[in-house]
Amino acid sequence: MEVIDLAWWKLALAALLIVALAITSHLGRLGITRSLLVATVRTVIQLVLVGMVLEALFASSGFLWIVLVALVMLLVAGREVMARQGRRLKGWWAFGIGTGAMFVSSFTVTVLSLTVVIGPEPWYAPQYAIPLLGMMLGNTMTGVSLSLDRLNAAVWQQRAVIENRLMLGQTWREALEDIRREAMRSGMMPSINAMAAAGIVSLPGMMTGQILAGSPPAVAVKYQILVMLVITVGTGFGALIAVSWGGRRLFDERERLRLDRLVGQGH
Amino acid sequence: MSAGQVVCLSGPSGSGKSRLLRAVADLEPHGGTISLDGTDQQAIPAHQWRRQVVMVPADSQWWFDEVGLHFPPDAGRQLPDVLGFHPEVMGWSVGRLSSGERQRLALWRALVLQPEVLLLDEPTANLDGQMTKAVEAWLLDEIRRRSICALWVAHDPGQIRRVADQHYRINGTFLERTDGSD
Repeated sequence: MEVIDLAWWKLALAALLIVALAITSHLGRLGITRSLLVATVRTVIQLVLVGMVLEALFASSGFLWIVLVALVMLLVAGREVMARQGRRLKGWWAFGIGTGAMFVSSFTVTVLSLTVVIGPEPWYAPQYAIPLLGMMLGNTMTGVSLSLDRLNAAVWQQRAVIENRLMLGQTWREALEDIRREAMRSGMMPSINAMAAAGIVSLPGMMTGQILAGSPPAVAVKYQILVMLVITVGTGFGALIAVSWGGRRLFDERERLRLDRLVGQGH
Repeated sequence: MSAGQVVCLSGPSGSGKSRLLRAVADLEPHGGTISLDGTDQQAIPAHQWRRQVVMVPADSQWWFDEVGLHFPPDAGRQLPDVLGFHPEVMGWSVGRLSSGERQRLALWRALVLQPEVLLLDEPTANLDGQMTKAVEAWLLDEIRRRSICALWVAHDPGQIRRVADQHYRINGTFLERTDGSD
């Protein structure tokens, strides 16, 4: 089965529907017209650019180019993780811990599934590597930022409890135990929920796309299962690393709680 | 400071009494040197130090739902009568405790750890007159009997007279020794 290519003028038809929505909301004074149009333009431009980058990348298949694109993706995700934390560590720590955690978990799991499970030739073939890494990073990013946000917020709120536990001779790990568990749970919840609802409540986007592109559903399903499993593994290890590094940084070498290492929102 | 003795510390609010206690417990970075029986504070892991030098803050915290979970298993049976609790209190939910009850239980929670040094930050602040005297006498008795070395932040001159072996007042940036009888 051949994929039906979409002509640009057909996309323009879909864009017309957006314009219709914009006009309706403008007439109804709903106040979303501007952001709707800006977001539409952004999505078109960003995706067209990404399409061009991917076309070039697929044509060259140079290892260094793929590494470069992967690095850019990682750094952008790291910035996003930092921006999503209400309270975060001062200086480069917020960026460093989030990016480091994502690097270790996403890259390891992606390389592992490319070499061991999928096995394209060469193993870094961009058609497989880039989309897989993109999905890994996107989800790990959510997990890491949710868990770090929860960690920092909970430590801030429960500082008196943590210090009282320290006063009774507990180690910093014991004093932080409940909060660490809470932070892990909030980082992992989206992946666990997605696995539980997959196929019943929602048809995952990747599988849908693959079916639209002509894959037999049985193949698409196998890829989707693989992706959901590795996403959960990546998110889990990412959150684990982030919470353990982030938690350590909140205490100094004398196991004192150091809230002066956190900055609040708007700093 | 020597074992079995109470050193009282007073001074205007904001003068740094609690910070001094926190520094002794190694909860706050500080530039001083503190040692216990010849062991320097910085020479052993911080949690081991705090196991021996236990601080009871003015506002005690309770993080589990049940009171007893904050104590070792047999702490309920040894609960001293003077605190005014039945052993069943260990099964209570923390939300049921009044601030005075929390304060009394926090003192017991510190004592069951068998510390060598107790850092008490206004240990009777939430108690009424009669209970203050009873808890004070009990604490003093435990301190003498177990040879604990106690650093006790207090406001009330009457209390200081009753419990202090030595009394220091924070005056600006100086620590002023006051006569034991005053």
